[in-house]
Amino acid sequence: MSSHQISVTINGEEHTREVEARLLLVHFIREELGLTGTHIGCDTTSCGACTVLLNGVPAKSCTVFAVAADGAEVTTVEGLGNGGLHPVQQGFTEKHGLQCGFCTPGMMLTSKALLDENPDPSEAEIRWGISGNLCRCTGYVNIVKAVQRASELMKENSDG
Amino acid sequence: MAECRGLGHSVQRKEDARFIRGQGRYIDDIKLPGMLYLDIARSPYAHAKITRIHEDTAMAVDGVAAVITGKTLEGFKLAWMPTLMSDQQMVLPVDTVKYQAQEVAAIVATSRYAAADGAAALEVDYDPLPVVVDPHEALKPGATKVRDDKESNHIFHWEHGDADGTEAALAGCDTVVEQKMHLPRIHVASIETCGCVASWNPVEGHLTLYLTTQAPHAIRTVVALVTAHLGLAEHKIRVISPDIGGGFGGKVPVYPGYVLATAASVVTGKPVKWVEDRSENLQADSFARDYHITATLGSRNGKVTALKLDTIADHGYSDAAANPSKFPAGLYHIATGSYDLENAHVSVDGVYTNKPPGGIAYRCSFRVTEAVHAIERMVDLLARENGEDPADFRLRNFIKPEQFPYQSALGWEYDSGNYGAALEKAMDMIGYQDLRAEQAERRARGQLMGIGISSFTEIVGAGPSKTFDILGIKMFDSAEIRIHPTGKAIARFGTKSQGQGHETTYAQIIAEELGIPPEDIQVEEGDTDTAPYGLGTYASRSTPTAGAAASIASRKIREKARKIAAHLLEADEADLVWEQGKFHVKGSPDRAKTIQDIAFAAYTNHPQGMEAGLEAISYYDPPNLTFPFGSYICCVDIDRGTGQVKIRRFVAVDDCGVRINPMIVDGQIHGGLTMGIAPALLEEISYDADGNITGGNFMEYLVPTAMETPHWELGETVTPSPHHPIGAKGVGESATVGAPPAVVNAVVDALWHLGVRHMEIPMTPARVWNVLNEHGAAATR
Repeated sequence: MSSHQISVTINGEEHTREVEARLLLVHFIREELGLTGTHIGCDTTSCGACTVLLNGVPAKSCTVFAVAADGAEVTTVEGLGNGGLHPVQQGFTEKHGLQCGFCTPGMMLTSKALLDENPDPSEAEIRWGISGNLCRCTGYVNIVKAVQRASELMKENSDG
Repeated sequence: MAECRGLGHSVQRKEDARFIRGQGRYIDDIKLPGMLYLDIARSPYAHAKITRIHEDTAMAVDGVAAVITGKTLEGFKLAWMPTLMSDQQMVLPVDTVKYQAQEVAAIVATSRYAAADGAAALEVDYDPLPVVVDPHEALKPGATKVRDDKESNHIFHWEHGDADGTEAALAGCDTVVEQKMHLPRIHVASIETCGCVASWNPVEGHLTLYLTTQAPHAIRTVVALVTAHLGLAEHKIRVISPDIGGGFGGKVPVYPGYVLATAASVVTGKPVKWVEDRSENLQADSFARDYHITATLGSRNGKVTALKLDTIADHGYSDAAANPSKFPAGLYHIATGSYDLENAHVSVDGVYTNKPPGGIAYRCSFRVTEAVHAIERMVDLLARENGEDPADFRLRNFIKPEQFPYQSALGWEYDSGNYGAALEKAMDMIGYQDLRAEQAERRARGQLMGIGISSFTEIVGAGPSKTFDILGIKMFDSAEIRIHPTGKAIARFGTKSQGQGHETTYAQIIAEELGIPPEDIQVEEGDTDTAPYGLGTYASRSTPTAGAAASIASRKIREKARKIAAHLLEADEADLVWEQGKFHVKGSPDRAKTIQDIAFAAYTNHPQGMEAGLEAISYYDPPNLTFPFGSYICCVDIDRGTGQVKIRRFVAVDDCGVRINPMIVDGQIHGGLTMGIAPALLEEISYDADGNITGGNFMEYLVPTAMETPHWELGETVTPSPHHPIGAKGVGESATVGAPPAVVNAVVDALWHLGVRHMEIPMTPARVWNVLNEHGAAATR
């Protein structure tokens, strides 16, 4: 099995490791770096539990080789709040946008990327935006509300 | 004193703090020093004789430490394990596999990837055998026999009610409808799959099992019973159920992977982790439903009179249903539903086929969904056969509020209900009459719009010890509350949250009873070394059982607190008045001691002759089940070109008795509704004639996304349970149980004028389009 040296910046910190070519990014994050907030929910790139931001864009890290992330900036849930709570995290707890919490990190990162691109999304845009992330608990209504709340908070923050 | 925020407050969830930071601790997050990884090689055949397992092919892979086969386990008398329904299932086959994706061998290795490599490299020789997939075929003489140790494929016959009386009543009806319906196999597909970390300490003879289980205490006892001959004992087994990423019933059973990881830890002397992938989860873990129902419902003079359900239940190769032991078909005999029906009879015949074992809940209390589907479909059909609107027909035939407690024809005593109020509220919310007018107008223009109702009654909170047990263990549940000197508390329970928010809602119950704010109460579940024994969380039982135990334990504490308060206030106990959070002397509200004052005194200044401390435990045996109910109305539009069913509106009025945390209750209903429309429209685990699974991954097994899920519109009525300490009934599963027939009734309603009388589920675009096409109603361009 060939191995490669890679450097990935995760949540602002650069990590250099020797990895197998076939190592998945999600396993690099979880097993090599011990950041277990990124979860695995399927084996077909369907559920989005493993979503991270790869250079700011949501990516299902179960379908990215770690070597393909060489030189990239990755944000995981652990880097979302940057010390405090990100408005998306605030929105999810205020609006009961999570129950078991398993899909939540991926769902929040997708939501953050959505709001970064479209700060004031409609309900339809939110539903489309999160449709690559499965949640079995919430029925999505409160996730939509959570993203709307996060949008409000982000506006308040930028106005303030 | 801080506001106590007990019942009825939408308190923010305490568990969220860790989840939104990615600090939840789920099974795959657990990593022990020296831990090995286990992967499972599975059968490509639905039925085959294993002629040889070439263990060397896996052992040759770098990092592989051990290969475990059925023969290895046979040496420990562990190749088979008992099921909860007095059957047995294989941990690993010794000679024959019975379904596709069945476990064949376990590969233990130093890394996750090496274990997977070993499983892929393992060569196994098979001789394929004939397969039986259809349970009707399996019952025919000469059918392929699934089980070598049984005489036939017929597992059991169970019936309940008055067969002769029901036949006679049906003969006397002026209107009778009969319908066959299949509720296909579905899977709970919690986003976290199942897994475990087994850690055997040979020096101490101690086993720690981290396990995705909804019932940690019951699992501990089962493990102790199954492994007693190997020297394991219950006090040396610790089951820890960490954060659970969704359960919905799928994390109640004992899966072979758990046993294999345990065996592997014993064999290797190291901790061993097994976490299944999604495809394994869908293909091999317990399924739900798979009931083939023939339903007959009759009325006389417009009054619903008699119900008959005959059922073929496909259990796969083993009856591993997670039911209470005395109920092989669960609580299917709730089938008379919300209606005042004098005659009823239900029967179920369990059948073996070459499919995975199971027959568990899918967010549903023991076969209640099957029962509700049958009665709500049949009532709709019967209403139309009577020429009456389905809403009016229901309103006339409901059990009336004054009939509670109500004795059903199938032997249940319904605790409380007001069914008409819930349906009328739902009709108001959705604007029922206006929708009917709109439908007529659209129909005239050739558009397909339908309105469907489901007025369900559930039966949850198992259960009273006189009838409910699992392997003899009574289905009580427990709460242990300790108040610390500073007035803060820790409370531990025999249940196990999987997202329901117990850390918050149990604290609110205690807050209501004792006046200690929820944030001052630490709630813990899931560690069998610390929590009191209980049967776990499923069947919407946590609030009815452990929630009640929280109330009763709190009240025991309050009685001791009263004695301490009397001592502190130098007053007679009888003269003390409890108001939330404190005792005061009758007529002198200023002469008062708060619960916090009393807690401190319990450790510092308690009366002579009284033991120190302030704590209590309750093992609550519910006097009856609870009967949540509701009325749902679904409005659909059907695309004549594609057959796509779009849910335009869905109104859900739920009555779960007293609500502890309205925000959490609404969240439970939202999720339940989504898991209700899923089998109606999308989900099915299907098989071809050779027993190959054709819906075994998330590409083919379609869990609803935010796009298919409508904006749920919720309403409520509150009819307290008269026997529960706080009047609560449980709500986790109501919506999953109630929603499917509302969707089916809406689709059938949309197509009724074309001559369509029934739709099987899931009502996929292809299925609906075919029905449209058969009836000349599919758009051709």
